[in-house]
Amino acid sequence: MSAQSADVSATARAHGRKVAAVAKKTGSDSIPDNEWIARHQPWYKRLANHFRRYWEIWTMILPAVGFVLLFNYVPMYGIQLAFRDYDVTKGLTGGKWVGTEYFEQFFRDPLFGEIIRNTFRISLWTLVMGFIAPIILALLINQIASPKVKGFVQTITYMPHFISTVVIVSMINIFLSPGTGLLGRFFGRTSLMGDPKAFTSIYWISEVWQHMGWNCIIYLAALSSVDTALYEAARIDGAGRLQLIRYVDIPTIMPTVGVLLILNMGSILGVGFEKVWLMQNTLNITASEVISTYTYRIGILDTQFSYSTAIGLFNSLVNFFFLVIANYIAKKTSDTSIF
Amino acid sequence: METVINSKTAHMTPEQKAAAGMKRTPTNRHVHQKLTVSDTVADVIIVLILALVLIAIIYPLWFVLVASFSDPTAVANGQVSLLPKGITLAGYAKIFHDSRIWIGYRNTLIYAVLGTAVNLLVTIPCAFGLSRKEFRPRRVIMFLFTFTMFFGGGMIPSYLLMKQLGLLNSMWVFILPGAVSVYNVIIARSFFESSIPEDLFDAARIDGLSYWGYFLKIVLPLSSAILAVIGLYYFVGHWNDYFTGLIYIRDQDLEPLQNVLQNILLANQTKPGMAQLTAAQSQNIGDQIKFGIIIVSALPLIILYPFLQKYFDKGVMIGAVKG
Repeated sequence: MSAQSADVSATARAHGRKVAAVAKKTGSDSIPDNEWIARHQPWYKRLANHFRRYWEIWTMILPAVGFVLLFNYVPMYGIQLAFRDYDVTKGLTGGKWVGTEYFEQFFRDPLFGEIIRNTFRISLWTLVMGFIAPIILALLINQIASPKVKGFVQTITYMPHFISTVVIVSMINIFLSPGTGLLGRFFGRTSLMGDPKAFTSIYWISEVWQHMGWNCIIYLAALSSVDTALYEAARIDGAGRLQLIRYVDIPTIMPTVGVLLILNMGSILGVGFEKVWLMQNTLNITASEVISTYTYRIGILDTQFSYSTAIGLFNSLVNFFFLVIANYIAKKTSDTSIF
Repeated sequence: METVINSKTAHMTPEQKAAAGMKRTPTNRHVHQKLTVSDTVADVIIVLILALVLIAIIYPLWFVLVASFSDPTAVANGQVSLLPKGITLAGYAKIFHDSRIWIGYRNTLIYAVLGTAVNLLVTIPCAFGLSRKEFRPRRVIMFLFTFTMFFGGGMIPSYLLMKQLGLLNSMWVFILPGAVSVYNVIIARSFFESSIPEDLFDAARIDGLSYWGYFLKIVLPLSSAILAVIGLYYFVGHWNDYFTGLIYIRDQDLEPLQNVLQNILLANQTKPGMAQLTAAQSQNIGDQIKFGIIIVSALPLIILYPFLQKYFDKGVMIGAVKG
């Protein structure tokens, strides 16, 4: 510490006029403002001071920063592959520049319309239903008076969230198998998994089933912060149970709803790859081919790296666009935003 | 950086809330008031819907468990509903003798344990560092992290990067690329900011502790809840990871459990021309093995679940703070 203060006083002497200015500012002749002096040192001294003080924090965060840079930002740099011909010998970024050729190829692709329609249909259904269900469930669970019963209901509803996608899809397959399955036997000989018309419904219903309980935690947290005086006041004014939900509970969770809606909008074309891929079969492919599965098919299986990167980039850009739009609208209308 | 929920009270236990003079149950039941008819009707409807939801969630899981112990023909004929019929362990015996499953099990156990250890070692110190408000560069670094949640390089550039790094067909592809989950960094950082009193830091500084000393001796012992939550998130993520194995692993001896499961559970699903080949009998036995495999594969999570479920609320509520 003494070395530091000696350093500061030396600087103070060197910047005599500035110190005088500070003294005038603080209204005292004798006490120099150390912070002001530290802020007005040359940049290399400030940098040295910073590292002397915070080198430990840097050692804490550097491993994580390194991982993020390597595994998130290097692939982002590699996006330029979408504008180049992939060349095995030249690696990620060395191929010939071809501009937007691969994007045009995607727009001309005979499957383009079908893939976009499938992606929008599946993700919109999942988004809307997967968004409404947890809100309703949270409002209902919040009505349970006994903490024990409430805890039990929550424990049960969280459970499916931890089941892996592979297991969920195989459960769907077994339950829907025609004739013998738990649900399949009600549909006679028709195979629901092989029916393109049923694909979207199976997808979003199983999504809601799996994640509804987990996603309602955040609303329950918001509801638990309601001031009980509000309920009492509303009761005295003659509000019934449903009116309490309508005029107290729902306004309480609205900010949370807004933020989550924005976050969800960012994945409007982000139908999870794994589940669609696992649910796909040759019979339902016309309804189940989405952007991410097509990227995988073209890229990893057919090794058309540049084309596949272009499709992936198109997907990311559309998602990002919707995120920004949703954020802008929410900011204008309700003062909720994520950035 | 404003909070979505009331972060001051959200992570308090009921006891703490009671101590702080707050009411324990934030429910709207008021016994001194006469219930109206419409209230009673609303109550009945609410209870009915909740009961239906509970049954819809628990019954399929219960059915898988029961069916794995039952006579496969009875299951196929719809005679098994609530309790097992014709109890048999034949399915489990077959699973026990299938070496593929045990190789997958062993691999996933290694990947999950080692991976979670690396995750925690990287994530927790980083989250602590970013929680220190006097550390100015934290805003830039947080932005760098958060941006990756909304935009990424995509499948192919990542694949080519792994190829260049020599991570294809290597166990490290399960451990290194996912070492940092930004979402978990944000949760842990929010926890350190809101749950560790700042006075502790001042006291530790006066006692001459460095940042690492303060972190290891004071903060970590107070953070078992967040360690449990984040450890659980990471562990479940590793255990259920299917994507990594699908894209980066070609060697069968390195395949994790989920990919082995996919080969067994979904390989002979209804594909044209295939379903008709298998006789009804063997199809049923196959189904029984599938039920058994589902139970066996979820066993570690089923065992962990009761111990960890009290932390779930806490984790999500801390995470409800905007990044």
